[in-house]
Parts: sequence; C-alpha cells; structure tokens
Amino acid sequence: MYRIVSAIFLAENIKKFEIEAPRIAKKRKAGQFVIVRINPNGERIPLTIADSDPEKGTITIIAQGAGKSTHELNRKEAGDSIADVVGPLGNPSHIENFGTAVSIGGGVGTAIAFPTAAALKEAGNYVITINGARSKELVILEDEMKAVSDEAYITTDDGSYGFHGFVTQKLQELIDSGKKIDFVLAIGPIPMMKAVAEVTRPYGIKTVVSLNPIMIDGTGMCGGCRVTVGGEVKFGCIDGPEFDAHQVDFKNLADRNRIYQHEEHEADQAAGHKCNLTGQA
Amino acid sequence: MDARTITAKERMAIPRQKMPAQDPVERAGNFNEVNLGLTPEQAQQEALRCIQCKDPVCIAGCPVNIKIDQFIKLIAEGDFMGAVRKIKEDNVLPSICGRVCPQEDQCEKVCVIGKKHEPVAIGNLERFVGDYERTSGQKIDPKIAPPTGKSVAVVGSGPASLSCANDLAQYGHKVVVFEALHELGGVLMYGIPEFRLPKEIVHEELDGLRRMGIEFRTDVVVGRTITIDELMEEEEFDAVFIGVGAGLPWFMGIPGENLVGVLAANEFLTRVNLMKAYDFPKSSDTPVFDCKGKNVAVFGGGNTAMDAVRTAKRLGAEHAYIVYRRSEKEMPAREEEIHNAKEEGIEFLLLTTPLEFVGNDQAWLTGAKCQKMELGAPDDSGRRRPVPVEGSEYILPIDMAIISIGNGSNPLIHQTTPDIEVSKRETIVVDINTMQTSKENVYAGGDIVTGGATVILAMGAGRTAAAAINEKLVGKAKNFDEW
Ligand SMILES: Cc1cc2nc3c(=O)[nH]c(=O)nc-3n(C[C@H](O)[C@H](O)[C@H](O)COP(=O)(O)OP(=O)(O)OC[C@H]3O[C@@H](n4cnc5c(N)ncnc54)[C@H](O)[C@@H]3O)c2cc1C
Ligand SMILES: Cc1cc2nc3c(=O)[nH]c(=O)nc-3n(C[C@H](O)[C@H](O)[C@H](O)COP(=O)(O)OP(=O)(O)OC[C@H]3O[C@@H](n4cnc5c(N)ncnc54)[C@H](O)[C@@H]3O)c2cc1C
Ligand code: SF4
Ligand code: SF4
Ligand code: FES
Repeated sequence: MYRIVSAIFLAENIKKFEIEAPRIAKKRKAGQFVIVRINPNGERIPLTIADSDPEKGTITIIAQGAGKSTHELNRKEAGDSIADVVGPLGNPSHIENFGTAVSIGGGVGTAIAFPTAAALKEAGNYVITINGARSKELVILEDEMKAVSDEAYITTDDGSYGFHGFVTQKLQELIDSGKKIDFVLAIGPIPMMKAVAEVTRPYGIKTVVSLNPIMIDGTGMCGGCRVTVGGEVKFGCIDGPEFDAHQVDFKNLADRNRIYQHEEHEADQAAGHKCNLTGQA
Repeated sequence: MDARTITAKERMAIPRQKMPAQDPVERAGNFNEVNLGLTPEQAQQEALRCIQCKDPVCIAGCPVNIKIDQFIKLIAEGDFMGAVRKIKEDNVLPSICGRVCPQEDQCEKVCVIGKKHEPVAIGNLERFVGDYERTSGQKIDPKIAPPTGKSVAVVGSGPASLSCANDLAQYGHKVVVFEALHELGGVLMYGIPEFRLPKEIVHEELDGLRRMGIEFRTDVVVGRTITIDELMEEEEFDAVFIGVGAGLPWFMGIPGENLVGVLAANEFLTRVNLMKAYDFPKSSDTPVFDCKGKNVAVFGGGNTAMDAVRTAKRLGAEHAYIVYRRSEKEMPAREEEIHNAKEEGIEFLLLTTPLEFVGNDQAWLTGAKCQKMELGAPDDSGRRRPVPVEGSEYILPIDMAIISIGNGSNPLIHQTTPDIEVSKRETIVVDINTMQTSKENVYAGGDIVTGGATVILAMGAGRTAAAAINEKLVGKAKNFDEW
C-alpha cells in the first residue's frame, strides 16, 4: 500500500496528490510516469510524475477524472492509501539547451508538461509556456508554470481568462511575430497535439509529444500501448512516451484509445458517475 | 494388484488411466479447471504400468532429470509422501509441471512402454503427487542450510526465478525477489489461464517459498525503479539472478494490423488472467473486449494461441478460430490442449495465412483477408514449408483478432546495464553450464535467455544458476540431503 500524504483539487475534477514512494522519488526524471492501481480490484492506469521530493520520499501526480478509475482516485484524501504505484516508467524527456523552447499543455496535459518545462529551463533554454484550458476555472499550475517560464501564456477556449482561443493560435502568433523557436513540447488531448504538429511542421521546428495509449504492464510485455510512429510499430511504455510529433499517426492513436469505450462507459455508469461523453448521469 | 507380486503380463494389461475431466460443453462456459486429476486408485494403477527399467530412459527425457522410475515406484507402493519427496529433489513445483509440461515431447516420448502401448502417464502422476502434498495437509518443508550471510537478488518471479530462489534459500542465502507486476508468478499468473492452471496452486507454492524466508517485493521494475548495478552496489546484494521472461510481443507487419480490435495474445490474456477482466465490471475494473456472440480469430499455433482462443470461447465468442499457416502436425502447442480445444468447439483453419486485416470507417476490425496454403518441400528445420495457393484468398469475418506469433526480448535490463551481453535477438548471453552472464556475479535464465520456451526449461535454468551462484559465493555445495 502506498500512503497519500496530501490531496488537493487544483480545479474541478483535477486533483493533485503527494504519495509516499521513496524508490521512485529518488529515481524519477522529467517525462516519466507511474502506473497505479487504486484498489485490489483496480485497473492499472498510467499517470505522469509531476514532481518528486527525494528527501521526503514522495512523488506528485495530478489526475483528471476521466472514467471509473480516475474518479475513484479523485475521491481519495490525505491519509488514504492506494494499492500499487510502480515506476518510474518510460524514457525520461530528452533535455538539452535547444535555445528557445515552447512548452504547450492542454487541460491536464499542463500537469504532464510541467516537469519537462522545468527541466528545459534548468538546462538553460529560454522557456515559453502556453497552457490552455476550456475556461478560467480549469486553469491549473499557473504560478508553477510562471516560475519556470521566461514568458508564460494562458489560453481559454471561451476567453474567460488570458488569450481567447486555442493554444495553437497562440503558438502561430508567436511564430508570426518572428520569434525563432527551436523546440516545441506539446502535451494534451490528441486533437490538440495533432494540431500543434501541423502548426510546426511547415517550419521544420522539432516538436515532441507525449502519447497516452492504453497500458497495462508498462514493461513491454502486453503490446497494448503500441502506437504507429513513422510507419513503424512502437511501444508507448518502452520506446516512449515521448515521440517526434511529425511522425506520429494521431488518428490511429485516437482510434485505438476507443477500444474499451463501450465497456468503460458501462462501468463508470454503473459506478454512478456523470458521463463525460454526453454530460448525462 | 500388489506392486511386489504383479506379473509382467498383468502390468501390460492395465490400460493407461484416463484423467477425469469436466464435460466439454459445460467447461467451455466456465473458467474452472478442465482436468480433475487422477484418483489415488488410478494413480496406483497407472504407476503399476511402469516396468521399472534398469536403464530408465525417461529420466533423460526430462529437462530436470526427475528420478521418474523411483517416484513412480513409491506411488505404486502407496507411499505418496515418499514420492513427493523424491520429485522435490529435482523439481520444486510438481503440481505446476505436471499440468503444463509438454510431456508427450519429453519424458513420455521416450518411455519404453510407449513403443508398443501408450507411454506411462508420467505427467499425470507428477501432478497427482504434487496435488497430494498440497491437499493432504502434510507439507514437506524443505531443509534449509544455516545462514551463509550472503544475499542474492532475484529479478522477476516466473518459474525460472522461483526455482532459483528456492534453491538459493535452501543453500542458506538471503533471497529477495523483485517483481515488476503487482502479482507474483510470471506467465503462470498472467499468461496460463485458470482452466489449465488454477491460480490457487501458484499462490500455495508462493506461500511455501515465503515460509522458507524468501522475501518478495512487487511493483519494482528492475532497470527503471532500480538498476542491477544499484542492487549490487547500494543494496549490497552479492549476486543477481535475472529471470524476466520474454517480452515485446511480435506483430505480423501486415496491413490493417493497427485497426481497433487487433491485439496481442499477451494483452488479451493479461486482461483476463491477471486483471480478472472476466469479472468486469462487477469485481474487476479492467475491461476486455466483449466477445459475446462475436467472431474471434487467434493467429498462431502455440500454447499461447490455444489459451487465447479457449479464453475467447469462454467469454462467449460465437465462433472462435485458430488460424495457422502450417498443418496440425506442426503446431507447437501441447497435444492435450489441441485436443481439449477441439472438444470445446474451437474451429481450426489450418494451412491458412492472413494477408491483411480489413475494417470499417470507424477503424474497427471487420475481417481478415486469408489465403490458403499447401505444404511444399521441407525447409531448414525439416518442416514442410507452406506455400500459398494462388487465387485462394477469402475474407474471414471477425470482430477481434488476437496475434500470437511469439515474443522478442524485454530490453529494459540490458538497456540500463550495458555490460550484460545480449545476442542479436536481444536475449541475454550466458555460459550454459553456470548461467553466468558477461557481468561478474550476474546470472540469467528462462525465456530471457532462450526466447519463449517452457516452464520446466526455465525452472531447470533457475536451478543451474542457483548451484553456480552458491558455488561462487561459498564454494562447492553439499547435497541438500546431507545437512
Ligand atoms: C504515459 C501516460 C501518462 C498519463 N498521465 C496522466 C496524468 O498525469 N494525468 C491524467 O489525468 N491522466 C494521465 N494519463 C491518462 C490516464 O491514464 C487516463 O485518463 C486513465 O487511464 C483513464 O482511466 P479511467 O478508468 O479513469 O477512464 P476510462 O474509463 O478507462 O476511460 C475514460 C475515457 O478515457 C479514454 N482513455 C482510456 N485510457 C486512456 C489513456 N491511457 N489515456 C487517455 N485516454 C484514455 C477512454 O477511451 C475513455 O474515453 C496518462 C496516460 C499515459 C499513457
Ligand atoms: C499463454 C502462455 C501459455 C504457455 N503455456 C505453456 C505450457 O503449457 N507449458 C509450458 O511448459 N510452457 C508454457 N508457456 C511458456 C512458459 O510459460 C514460459 O516459458 C515460462 O513461464 C518462462 O519462465 P521465466 O521464469 O523465464 O519467465 P516468465 O514466466 O515470463 O516471468 C518473468 C517475470 O519477470 C517479470 N519482469 C519482467 N521484466 C521485469 C523487470 N524489469 N523487473 C522485474 N520483473 C520483471 C515479469 O513481470 C514476470 O513476472 C506458456 C506461455 C504463455 C505466454
Ligand atoms: S517435469 Fe515435465 S518432463 Fe520432467 S518428468 Fe515431469 S512432466 Fe516429465
Ligand atoms: S521408461 Fe517408462 S517404463 Fe521405463 S522407467 Fe521410465 S516411465 Fe517406467
Ligand atoms: S503497456 Fe504493455 S507493452 Fe506497454
């Protein structure tokens, strides 16, 4: 069992947890994730390690309620325990001084991008962060992002805060303003990552995305996390989770992530949650 | 009949005892074990069929050289616990090997009785003995040497690791097993289904190992959570055994393989066995493709393929197919499982190869374009090579395709421990006499060395390594029995 040290909501449906996992805290690098199992009947779900404190022996994860398992996690409080936390999994982000690096996060993707943005800053990059949310209440990690950015932008779809529009529009604006951008990291919903890839492609800007295929073991055994990159089969957990955005087959990822939608939907409904797809109970 | 007075003629007149099994129609609808085990009377009858050869060739047929003639003699005499003890000198997991060993290709293949009659049912007898120990309440707790002060880290908890850990503990070393998953047992837990190997049995064997003082730590991915070097330098283990199994399932590389509904057998079986997805959504949160009334095809002909297809049938598939490019004779699966699968209504499409998967506009799989094959001239392996029959293509309508054509090797360990030498296939290279890798005090065995093989070979490798590790750490061992 792994004890939760603190648990606070960052926004509606997005919760941040500090969990005791000393070995992982010591070892993790930006870009890596853990697989957690909330209870003994639980599913194994991947979550990015947003931060860690090797002295305290804790790691931080930030989860958005999507289906049964993440909703259940988000009901946990400080002092509760979860059954399993395994990691750090996946390859660490490739960090170097690219020059000017833009980190783009969409929704909970902001949390996933945060550690890598911080590492890019540490490596000497001029870091620009663009973080998008649907509306003001859903903006997360604003201060943390500011602290690691040379320029920090927030965008909201409804214009209730920051730049009115999508992260890609802000990115395009920066490119159009003549800023020389050397590296882009984009993490968020699949359509967002795909859109970012299309923005940077014509300019040949090196762009990396962190993919979120369905996973079980995270050790390369099951093949569930396979993605198509550059026309080849790659395993998200062993070869990723970060890949060259210009090589990723996003449609295939989106299609494959729907495989258990029918079954998951029924489970979540049975557990009495509001449906994220239709908004109905 | 009495073991001492029985005549040769009487022996030969005893038919091979048939193991009682669940009715095929009934069992195709549940996950309970198919075979029910020999009764004590049957076991004794079967044991009498063994003529106690002066030169028991069966022993050489067993990869761990179980003293087959001797344990069978003890069964015939009714000394079942004696038989347990005898087997356990060479194999610590008889209940498991008796169930899953490909006996017909090993010990039973060379049994002399098999020349004229059916061979002695060595595997079934081994299973009987293992189960007798488990259920009779008279556990044999193995002898353990006084502590040596040395400690060994065992990576992975499949059969290679478990047998290695067992022997190391008997030699008196402190043993800690590190497993990546949340459950122990490797393929025994996540691959081989309940209906062939009840998980209860694996749990009981693990309890036995715990009683010997072996420590188990789950949720540790060696290479990620901790490296081999750190195990030796920071955690001060004197030696490491690597038994991480195969990994990285292969795909066929044909068009449409990334459609929704095409998955590796490992994923399907892991969902069902490890994550108990057959209980979804009631008491498991992990879903599996809803097979009810659907057509499911498994591509491949090994044990994994048989397990996957029989699992799909049990989950309610209307048609559950095996699609295999050679003929039944070439199938690598255990004979018994092929037979059981047929009884359960699995449809075998032999000499058939998929060319491409086709789907609908939602990217869901709808079928496999297949081509018939015929057997041509033998290839290098001596097996007749299948050659395509021109113009024989057709679409097999299916809702789920399970790929079961084998595995590559898990790269995590050698990626993070560059001084461990691997082959071109990325299997770990060892000295087969000691299972030592290119790295000092690091040993390896099982599927990570051989590529996908068998439980008993993995166990044999674990034992060889344990003996070599012991010799390295404290010098030549005495026999376990001498303590
Ligand atoms: C490497 C990696 C890192 C991740 N990091 C984070 C993180 O830091 N914070 C966070 O909130 N989420 C993260 N995710 C996504 C998270 O794992 C999924 O949201 C979670 O598995 C959904 O489980 P569930 O039972 O709650 O929902 P389900 O009921 O399983 O699914 C709900 C919806 O999400 C889709 N879905 C299922 N699995 C995934 C998946 N792996 N990724 C995306 N969508 C999925 C389903 O198709 C369905 O539409 C990460 C995923 C990966 C692969
Ligand atoms: C579905 C299926 C059916 C089979 N049926 C039969 C059969 O009937 N008869 C037979 O003889 N053989 C059968 N086999 C083959 C047999 O199971 C294997 O040959 C055997 O299990 C190999 O044992 P192992 O100890 O090498 O590895 P495994 O059993 O694969 O165990 C390896 C363990 O190591 C863990 N691990 C992996 N990487 C790491 C890491 N980095 N850190 C920590 N732990 C790690 C894994 O999670 C796993 O638990 C079958 C295999 C499958 C998949
Ligand atoms: S372990 Fe396998 S090969 Fe050896 S005697 Fe038992 S069934 Fe036969
Ligand atoms: S070869 Fe057959 S008959 Fe001879 S000892 Fe072995 S099991 Fe008995
Ligand atoms: S999650 Fe199973 S292989 Fe990647």
